[in-house]
Amino acid sequence: MSLRASTSQTIGPYLRIGLEWMQIEDLAPKGVAGERVSIRGRVFDADGKPVNDAAVELWQANSHGRYAHPDDKQDKPVEATFRGYGRSLSDDNGAFRFNTIKPGRVPGPGGKLQAPHLSITIFMRGLLKQLQTRMYFPDDAANAEDPVLALVPAERRSTLIARRSGDTLEWSIVLQGDNETVFFDF
Amino acid sequence: MTLAPYRRPYWNTQPEYLFPKYASTVKRAPSQPLIALPHTLSEVTAPVFGHDEVKPGDADLTRQHKGEPQGERIVVSGRVLDENSRPVPNILVEIWQANAGGRYNHRVDQHDAPIDPNFTGAGRFLTDKDGHYRFMTIRPGEYPWRNHHNAWRPAHIHFSLFGQGLMQRLITQMYFPGDPLLDYDPMFTCVADEKARNRLVSTFDWETTLPEYALGYRWDIVLRGREETPREKRR
Repeated sequence: MSLRASTSQTIGPYLRIGLEWMQIEDLAPKGVAGERVSIRGRVFDADGKPVNDAAVELWQANSHGRYAHPDDKQDKPVEATFRGYGRSLSDDNGAFRFNTIKPGRVPGPGGKLQAPHLSITIFMRGLLKQLQTRMYFPDDAANAEDPVLALVPAERRSTLIARRSGDTLEWSIVLQGDNETVFFDF
Repeated sequence: MTLAPYRRPYWNTQPEYLFPKYASTVKRAPSQPLIALPHTLSEVTAPVFGHDEVKPGDADLTRQHKGEPQGERIVVSGRVLDENSRPVPNILVEIWQANAGGRYNHRVDQHDAPIDPNFTGAGRFLTDKDGHYRFMTIRPGEYPWRNHHNAWRPAHIHFSLFGQGLMQRLITQMYFPGDPLLDYDPMFTCVADEKARNRLVSTFDWETTLPEYALGYRWDIVLRGREETPREKRR
């Protein structure tokens, strides 16, 4: 029998009541392998106003390029203390943050390797369904051959690549207008 | 390793980003074309949660404080299935809601209905092996909001569900049968397909009603399903 997926509805303004118990901004406890990265970003609306009620969720592979999920059957190490999931609820400045490790490369379409990336899902009041996007890492040669980045018009790719600023990676999300972040039809 | 992609949403059953009747979409909807995302290993996997994080008591919203909350106790239960009618076991379901007077326990909520000191309005459940979930809670009240003149939200409970793949992630709202506010609500009416809307409405359920204690409401939730190849169908 075939069913149809339930209709999405907005997360609304009161998301903290339900989601704050599991805010995970530090994904990688001591001992997890990989290059440590500190990601800082803000969410902006069409007027450049910070969005203070967004939930930003992150899903990523470990530094070996393996997901902590039973359907990932690659012959690569799993790390019991690294799930790869993060959730940051934006503050009054629209700011979100993640401290994690840079993921390894995972296979993409046709078995071709993807560049290291974070899958980012965004919920907020005013979105009747989530936005789906990705964050890539600066100065990574693999970006040039990434099969998903290749689908994005060249002039917009920079919205998906974080910028290095001292010890942190800066990556902001612009919902609409100049420098609008690339979002995916998923 | 090749994993089948998830099916595309059925026509008119999922909302668009820009929906001016819901005023907040105007400044928050993307204006540039969306890029079609292939479903790679990154999209067909998702975080896994366990009982070390979600305790059985997390599903009872009426027992989180010293006293009983105000309002009418209800049991909300159902099944999580995918579009291929398969149960979705062991996934995290999070809910949140207003109290019986239509007030959220949240600093942004300025509605002058009283806060209930015995009601937070948050619950969690991990679906069982057959995809079942069950919450004990209070029937939430309707409340006004400022989307348009004399705007009121129908009674609803917010649901957040993880799936077995990132593409199944769903946040939605459950409504109550016979609520006269549904037809006036821009969120409920955000999709053209009337059957799709009506699937957001729970049904009264005599079988899960607890005698002399709580009314039962049943609501099944459907997450996206994978495309099936002919060979998989024969198996």
